[in-house]
Amino acid sequence: MPFPRNQWYVAAYGKEIGSEGMLARTICGEPIVFYRTSAGEVAALNDRCVHRRYPLSEGNRDGDTIVCGYHGFTYAPDGRCVAVPGQTRIPRTARVPVYRVVERDSLVWVWIGDAEAADPQAIPRAPWLDSPDWVTVRGMEPLAARYELLVDNLLDLSHETYLHGGYIGTPEVAQTPITTEVDEKAGVVYVSRRMTDVECPPFYARSTGIDGRIDRWQDIEYHPPCLYLLHSRIAPTGVAPLADGDDPRACHAEIVYAITPETETSTHDFWMVSRDFAREDEEVSAFLAESNRTVVLQDVRALDLLEKVIAAEPEGYQELSINIDTGGLAARRLLKRMVEGA
Amino acid sequence: MSGRLRVEWVPGTDELTGVCHCGAVRRAGNPAEIWDFLLDHPAHGTAR
Repeated sequence: MPFPRNQWYVAAYGKEIGSEGMLARTICGEPIVFYRTSAGEVAALNDRCVHRRYPLSEGNRDGDTIVCGYHGFTYAPDGRCVAVPGQTRIPRTARVPVYRVVERDSLVWVWIGDAEAADPQAIPRAPWLDSPDWVTVRGMEPLAARYELLVDNLLDLSHETYLHGGYIGTPEVAQTPITTEVDEKAGVVYVSRRMTDVECPPFYARSTGIDGRIDRWQDIEYHPPCLYLLHSRIAPTGVAPLADGDDPRACHAEIVYAITPETETSTHDFWMVSRDFAREDEEVSAFLAESNRTVVLQDVRALDLLEKVIAAEPEGYQELSINIDTGGLAARRLLKRMVEGA
Repeated sequence: MSGRLRVEWVPGTDELTGVCHCGAVRRAGNPAEIWDFLLDHPAHGTAR
């Protein structure tokens, strides 16, 4: 399936784009060079010089302009060529496409599609990522697999039991029924799994310090195509939120993924873990960063393998779906609708 | 009308119950059938 166009995608973490240098990244098949101007704004230009298609990201910064590293064509942040070598006349067509960019919640979002259709209000939010009340660890792993496989993976967390045992998986995850909702108007998929009196996986036992059995909630909120939120609640068994919604005795983790297609068969797998507990404890930060990266790499290994399997077989294989796939199937339908432009 | 479609896994069974925002309900043994119904059933408000 091709990519949904006229959509916002996470292109980078804000911190990846510094005041010096450039970041080259392909998003939905489009090579883009990102850099931060002296005003602190992120510029995003098509990463190909109009002259001989040399990647601009291989050139150099000169203030707020980029100088092509092949023949010196120089571009402003709006894509306009402002200098060419050896002549004063700049061809009228010397301009590279630029992309709409919004920096929000520590993420750099880029619009892939018709620029006039871009609405920044449509970008889903993850405010805890740059909130002082939360501590976040994060990373990004390249995935040699189509983005749909990561969507399938994240919408069905029963795989935690089998692929991530010893980290976040326990037997009860796969055994606990889910409730799935689709908000047709907003285009959001919700999958909820509420586990009561269950084993605490090492990922949370070591980071929260909770001994013994727990109540564990996994509430997924997927905003296709790109943003996946997992609201995770861990509490000693029997400890419920207060009547007013406050929940001081529980630990909360906001697990965020940005699923950004690179090409039709590769994906940028951005992952983030925000927490409201042990905020001052750097050992917990280091542990969660290392553990979550390990979990992500377990997924990467599995999905890279799956991509090879799919690439080697004829199209049209009829998969088998069961109850655990309810959320994944809903996500597929929304993505298909987006691709078809409905 | 909320526009929300809901699928619940019926406790103690392998069955799913799908509930449309119009109130239409379908029980089935696999999610593909449930979504087909929820997304495609005609006559919101009367279908059961």
